[in-house]
Amino acid sequence: MPDERKKILEVRHLKQYFNVGKRDEVRAVDDVTFDIYEGETFGLVGESGSGKTTAGRSIIHLYEPTSGTIIFDGQDVSKLHGKAQMHAFRRKIQMIFQDPYASLNPRMKVKDIVAEGIDIHGLAKDDADRTKQVEDLLETVGLNKDHSSRYPHEFSGGQRQRIGIARALAVEPKFIIADEPISALDVSIQAQVVNLMKELQIKQNLTYLFIAHDLSMVKYISDRIGVMHYGKILEIGPADEVYNHPLHDYTKSLISAVPVPDPEFERNRIQVPYDSSNELADKKRRMVEIAPGHFVRCSEDEVAMYTQRAVDAGLTT
Amino acid sequence: MDQAENIIEVRNLKIDFHTYAGEVKAIRDVSFDLRKGETLAIVGESGSGKSVTTRSLMGLLAPNAEIKGGSIMFHGEDIIKKSEKDMQHIRGKDIAMIFQDPMTSLDPTMRIGMQIAEPLMKHKGLKKKEAIAQALEMLKLVGITDPEGRINDYPYQFSGGMRQRIVIAIALVCYPEVLIADEPTTALDVTIQAQILDLMKDLQNRINTSIIFITHDLGVVAGMADRVAVMYAGKIVEYGTVDEIFFNPQHPYTWGLLNSMPTLDTASGSLSAIPGTPPDLLDPPVGDAFAARSDYAMKIDTEQEPPFFKVSDTHYAATWLLHPDAPKVTPPAEIVRRQKKFAAMQKPASPVKPAAAKE
Repeated sequence: MPDERKKILEVRHLKQYFNVGKRDEVRAVDDVTFDIYEGETFGLVGESGSGKTTAGRSIIHLYEPTSGTIIFDGQDVSKLHGKAQMHAFRRKIQMIFQDPYASLNPRMKVKDIVAEGIDIHGLAKDDADRTKQVEDLLETVGLNKDHSSRYPHEFSGGQRQRIGIARALAVEPKFIIADEPISALDVSIQAQVVNLMKELQIKQNLTYLFIAHDLSMVKYISDRIGVMHYGKILEIGPADEVYNHPLHDYTKSLISAVPVPDPEFERNRIQVPYDSSNELADKKRRMVEIAPGHFVRCSEDEVAMYTQRAVDAGLTT
Repeated sequence: MDQAENIIEVRNLKIDFHTYAGEVKAIRDVSFDLRKGETLAIVGESGSGKSVTTRSLMGLLAPNAEIKGGSIMFHGEDIIKKSEKDMQHIRGKDIAMIFQDPMTSLDPTMRIGMQIAEPLMKHKGLKKKEAIAQALEMLKLVGITDPEGRINDYPYQFSGGMRQRIVIAIALVCYPEVLIADEPTTALDVTIQAQILDLMKDLQNRINTSIIFITHDLGVVAGMADRVAVMYAGKIVEYGTVDEIFFNPQHPYTWGLLNSMPTLDTASGSLSAIPGTPPDLLDPPVGDAFAARSDYAMKIDTEQEPPFFKVSDTHYAATWLLHPDAPKVTPPAEIVRRQKKFAAMQKPASPVKPAAAKE
């Protein structure tokens, strides 16, 4: 049972509104609840505007959540006080960004980019130790030490993303939020970066929150998947199960739209349209465990319908 | 094989870019045909030359580009030799283009109805009123809801998917013979992407346009293309029908591309990434440009450039592996799986397939 594993992150009823009380109030994240277990990869998928990036940013406390709690490693993130506690928190949790061109300071050398966290957290004994750590990190991500005195513009997109990963790893985090880390890369390079992330996860016992819109890659890298739409998570379950036996209509529609590199499959594709009127109808909904480890956001009167779907798919009896 | 009429014939195209660092040999001897009513997909990584190739068809190369040789025949005339003024008559009328980013390819200060009507007034000499009336029809055709109410809206009032529909409406309003779509759905969400692709297919059937579809997304290619050309380092390395490229690929680079994408049944484990990065085209490698990244490279690959070997009447690949004297190699497991599927697909039609001997 998944419940026996240690939860590293517990998100409860997280709400992140912008322009609260004004006419243009945006409910970017609206009552989101999920857990992430230590050592797993949790994939958060959704279309643009679904709130997946905002959710990631709220977790790392780049925003002050409107309400809800975020418990990381047994500690309530909103109750962190002062610089020292925030420092300690940010050492455990790091972020890899989407755009490898925008997320590296063009005026800093690679060694200083990678070592920034080491400097802030005082992790190096002396200069020689700092250099050694940077060189080891570069090697870990598949670059070499000669690269350390170069500037970001001298690198390709894939190499830059490796630098971003080295920077995240520098403070020896337990948890990494990767926000569309491969979207800006070419197909052949995407596989390199994904493989590197998987390898590092095993070696360093990392936990990932992998945010992306590319469902086939998310399914491949994730242990579990959460599907977001209009600021809410509609379905959570094991990656293969969500992909092969989606229960929520939105997930079905989303998966039916993913292009597959197989002309025969594409000729026979049936795209499932989605009607969001039911989802938007003002009903009280919560996450209900329809099949073991497989949750769907539904109202009380929808439970029976989803359970039947799960039974039909052979997910539960 | 029923050969449709060629609309565009590109022969031995060579394009260099003058940069501070030297001459970048972006297109190194590219030849291909575009047939009437077909969709030809050009796939490849960034820097492989797919966008440069199609921009040359439109006469839209950057000022530092120089066409070093070759020809682009369109209706018996060489586009390369045409003046900018002549190109202005072709562009948007006979050959139209859809760009990747619908956010930047529309004029933010112009009402969308006018943007769609503009090519009609320019190329067909229609009066504004008639042009706007046709623009309205076009808006209906690309599936904008309430077209009468929205024809006077500005681009910012539309979502990304709707904007791309408007871009398509502008491109197709003159019923061009050729539509070049450069990553038209890359910036869109998958559900919107599926709608736009369906729309393009539907419109293609109606007006019998030939489409050159540029993308790096092999999933999209599988759904859209009739034929596929794979580009690497400024060259086409393999081309064939969509089934031939996806189910019977011959070039190690095509293998690598197909292999590095997770499919529905990719088990967890390691994706087979292509190691390394594409070569620097300031100084292109001798021989097969992919050799440095290929597990299947032979000595000759670093010495001599492979010619195109014929796999079938419609399928050619530039790899020494197809030379009769080359040692037999086993492609990656995923490719072998695809080739088995291909063999099964071929059986009813032709039991003896020349490609089978090359495995």
